[in-house]
Amino acid sequence: MKRLLAFCAVLLPLALAQGVTITYWQYEFRSKVEAINELIRRFEAQNPGIKVVHQTFPYDAFQQKVAAAIPAGQGPDVVNLYYGWAPTWVKAGYLVPLPEDWTRRLDQDFVAMAQAAKVGGKLYGVPTAVRSLALFYNKDLFRQAGIAGPPKTWEEFIAVGQKLTVKQGGRFTQIGYGIAPDGQDHHLVREVLVRQFGGRPYSDDGKRVLYQGEAGLKALSFYTDWVRKHEIGVPGFFPGNNGYRDGFIAGRIAMIIDGSFAIGTIQQGARFNWGVAELPLERPGGRKANFGSFWMHGLTPLATGPKREAALRFLAFITSEETQRYWLEKVGELPASKNLIRDPKLSLHPIYGPFVLSLAYAKATPFVDEAAQRKVMVDAINRVLLQGTDPAQSLRLAAEEEQKILDQFWR
Amino acid sequence: MRLTLARREALWAFVFLAIPLAFFLYFRILPTFQALWLSLYEWHADPSQRRFVGLEHYARLLTDPVLRRALFNTLLYTLLGIPSQIALGLVIALLLQRVPFGRDFFRAIYFAPYVTPAVAVAWVWSWMLSPHFGLVNELLALLGIPPQPFLQSPSQALPTVTWVVVWQNLGFQVVLFLAGLESIPRQYYEAARIDGAEGWRLFRHITWPLLNPVLVFSVVIGTIGYLQLFTQVVNLNFTDQGGPLNSTLTLALYIYQLAFLRFQLGYAATVTVLLFALILLITLVQLKLLTRRVEL
Repeated sequence: MKRLLAFCAVLLPLALAQGVTITYWQYEFRSKVEAINELIRRFEAQNPGIKVVHQTFPYDAFQQKVAAAIPAGQGPDVVNLYYGWAPTWVKAGYLVPLPEDWTRRLDQDFVAMAQAAKVGGKLYGVPTAVRSLALFYNKDLFRQAGIAGPPKTWEEFIAVGQKLTVKQGGRFTQIGYGIAPDGQDHHLVREVLVRQFGGRPYSDDGKRVLYQGEAGLKALSFYTDWVRKHEIGVPGFFPGNNGYRDGFIAGRIAMIIDGSFAIGTIQQGARFNWGVAELPLERPGGRKANFGSFWMHGLTPLATGPKREAALRFLAFITSEETQRYWLEKVGELPASKNLIRDPKLSLHPIYGPFVLSLAYAKATPFVDEAAQRKVMVDAINRVLLQGTDPAQSLRLAAEEEQKILDQFWR
Repeated sequence: MRLTLARREALWAFVFLAIPLAFFLYFRILPTFQALWLSLYEWHADPSQRRFVGLEHYARLLTDPVLRRALFNTLLYTLLGIPSQIALGLVIALLLQRVPFGRDFFRAIYFAPYVTPAVAVAWVWSWMLSPHFGLVNELLALLGIPPQPFLQSPSQALPTVTWVVVWQNLGFQVVLFLAGLESIPRQYYEAARIDGAEGWRLFRHITWPLLNPVLVFSVVIGTIGYLQLFTQVVNLNFTDQGGPLNSTLTLALYIYQLAFLRFQLGYAATVTVLLFALILLITLVQLKLLTRRVEL
């Protein structure tokens, strides 16, 4: 029976040499789903022998589906994944490396952070779009408080934040900054503040944790003081998934730090004037730093034989410059190509501009186990905020814990 | 060979039972053994590349501080949740039994949370419990109590989640006890009253012993439910699931995170085996201790 199945599996693609069907998976996000549907139509028109089946799953079920489907031989040939998941997926055998010539293409044409798509020197995916962090601020609340523009330094940021915080009794009714350790703030501490204060979060090969030094301690103390000393915000001000963003949209939070992926949601939801600015600096002319990240398209072990050829062609198509331009218009995510982000129309854009300018110096954290490493930093912050642990001790615990995760992966 | 009618009927019964049995064996029992097998391997999507690691994962169980926390939390949920649920359920059921009219209305009200999706319940409660906008804290303020962080506090989060789960399960508990109360024959009470028993003694000597089967069922099923607690925990703190600082993490959620966020399916299977053993052990002990024959 098994032999018969294997026989059919070999014979079938041959018989349908001109009729290859490949499957593409991504999580459910409306503008992305619509964009991919349109791109598939265009791709199929250019490649008559290839048919692409597009399937989506809710975000929280996505990895679960992938984990179960691929070993059963039922999953995607081309799959969309967060760059930080790649090492975990590679180790468990869910991704296969791309051919050599793709590595050259990535090195030449894509922004530097796209290097994070490599695991152990091999390339496992290519992004269409990238994202960075910036400061979203409520222009109306700023005007009412008599504040001219977005803060340029952290000192100004704290002063502005205090003016915009309203507290009645023990309860806040409006806050200056939407503090969210488990939102984007763990990136802010790890990749932005540590570097701005003159440190490095990790060694260049990504195998050693370095943030336990002086700059790291300054970063964690400084960040947690926003709550403990300056009271410009409080964690969990708005409950729920992405409460900091909801609170900003509701006009109760004057500033948040969020990724470019939030532009669409804020654009649709906010009923007031808002603006975007590059992240504040330690002092005027100080060192710039930002966290960059991306979703990439990778190949699974299911893409073999003629399917592999078709999958690579589709991959080339959805990561082409032409697609990236379309993606920006349709989804609002920044292009991953070096050429495209040099376009002055983009860097001068009032909303995209600050994000695009940040891409030049943004770095992607070298995650090996994103879920576990995120938790390490979130817990480091929460120990200080919620339990009153000394920042130095909390940071030391975090560094030890994260070093164990790195050692475990690289042993 | 000639079969008697009884044997023929039994044979047919077995034939019909075989179908769900096959289903049960294949979809329930087999995966349990597969988990046992998987716990001895390092997971890889390609079965030929799964590395045999023997008891390595079991050794990791002993040195994993997160697992210890999840185990402790899971037991704490059960110890807090089951007695509250049973006590409140029984009190409400006894009160409802005395209500001369509108009983169905009350019962429907109490039952509503049970059939509401846990995700929606978690969402609404996370707002009600908000330190800054929540109704609960507004009520506390009326009593002069300062705002409580509830879900955001590492020490309050677990009891708070337990409360939400108890609130949600209460309706089911009430319905169970009501059914149990209805099934106690009136004659026993009448006979006892003639002998001069009242109030508390009626409850202690008639109601409580005769409710024992319902009680055993509730405790066993409820315990299994608490030991597998997942949905409410996930949704009450969606971006830091099991947080803050692992204070609400359960074994089931830890298994999910290991398997589907970190793709460590081998170790996840090991924790599953642990959970399975724990449920089996606790259930057997409960059945042994609680089940008793009642003689009147």
